[in-house]
Amino acid sequence: MFYRRAFLHLTLIGLGFATAHAAHADQVSVAVAANFTAPMQKIAAAFEADTGHKAELASGATGKFYAQITNGAPFQILLAADDTTPAKLEREGKAVPQKRFTYAVGTLVLWSAQPSYVDGNGDVLKKGDFKHLAIANPKLAPYGAAAVQVMDKLGVSTALQPRLVQGENIAQTFQFVSTGNAQLGFVALSQVMTNGKISSGSAWQVPANLHDPIRQDAALLNPGKDSAAAAALLAYLRGDKARAIIQSYGYSF
Amino acid sequence: MPFSSADLAAIGLTLRLAGTTMLLLLVLCTPLAWWLAHTPSRWRGPVSALVALPLVLPPTVIGFYLLVTMGPHGPLGQFTQWLGLGTLPFTFWGLVLGSLIYSLPFAVQPLQHAFEAIGHRPLEAAATLGAGPMDRFFTVALPLARPGFITAAILSFAHTVGEFGVVLMLGGNIPGVTRVVSVQIYDHVEALEYTQAHWLAGGMVLFSFVVLLGLNLTRRKATSMVQ
Repeated sequence: MFYRRAFLHLTLIGLGFATAHAAHADQVSVAVAANFTAPMQKIAAAFEADTGHKAELASGATGKFYAQITNGAPFQILLAADDTTPAKLEREGKAVPQKRFTYAVGTLVLWSAQPSYVDGNGDVLKKGDFKHLAIANPKLAPYGAAAVQVMDKLGVSTALQPRLVQGENIAQTFQFVSTGNAQLGFVALSQVMTNGKISSGSAWQVPANLHDPIRQDAALLNPGKDSAAAAALLAYLRGDKARAIIQSYGYSF
Repeated sequence: MPFSSADLAAIGLTLRLAGTTMLLLLVLCTPLAWWLAHTPSRWRGPVSALVALPLVLPPTVIGFYLLVTMGPHGPLGQFTQWLGLGTLPFTFWGLVLGSLIYSLPFAVQPLQHAFEAIGHRPLEAAATLGAGPMDRFFTVALPLARPGFITAAILSFAHTVGEFGVVLMLGGNIPGVTRVVSVQIYDHVEALEYTQAHWLAGGMVLFSFVVLLGLNLTRRKATSMVQ
């Protein structure tokens, strides 16, 4: 008797899961690079309004996502902070071939929460009368690697080395600078830009020739292979509406 | 050599941080635990709850609030700047402060239990023999509470070694200054250096097991001594 009841319950629970799954069939789960969180939230809202599909976003460091994806994380799309991770996932058979594309090219800025602290040429780096300069971990984050290239090109790497503090990703780096614990730091332009202009503090938009381009690629991961919502989102990212949003955060293509 | 020099630096720093935190906690928590064990004050409840708070708070909450309060605009940051110390995030002593809060209950609670277990009678007996309050504390209470001190020392040390979230928020990942073992493991994993990650992570598992085993043995010894 007990077993029959238990079995009945299990069946009902199973049915519950099945229906819940059917109701969520037009959801797509997306791993988003930390620097692209803000624009992606806007895009996801527009995407939902326009297509009825829902995009579930998880944001973090690209390196962490790579480790999670190779270990079976159920993300359907990866919006990476670089172009190497999606290529690697495709080579390793974790991403659907021929679906990669560059959804944005990132812009690096030297930013301070204090107004008129950072000058328009980055000379503040050479003066160096600050205590902490925040960068994203160059081993893990492309914006961090680009920051190191910039300091090398300017010849200030050795002098600044003792003052560097590293965020785990670009979001944490921004946190160090925005709380004032680091006087300035290299962050993504998208983090300090709203509606096409820098909304607070002071910044130097680093010229693109001082570092390798930060090409941010999207990948369709294996769990998203047959998902209509995933395909729709990738198409949407290349559409005019999404591109306008992406551009308003200071990215180029 | 399975450990790189960066790994060794992280291990050394972690031991220094845990050791400093442990010593400071023992000194700071003894009067606090004594007070909690004996006070009839109505503040006992709220203070106990405050002491236990780090047990239930996510380390990221502690780290985030410390980053804000210790920052140049935060009250603690303004105080340390006024003292001429600058601000504490990204420094060893900033991590010590974070660890003191993070590991606080692991020092206070064993001490408090030890003091409570002694009860009033040995102290009253000492008082009738003419021992003053200081004498009673140092020659009667402290030796009797020894197992509590050992537990508090081991637990606060080991818990600080295992700290991650607070350091990640406050540390800035500076080699030799704030990059502790747990952060180094995280870096290895994210950089896909799984072999190095395994060495350090496996070491942590072994270390924690040995600590808990040792703790178990000392407790048994202490109990058998009392009996």
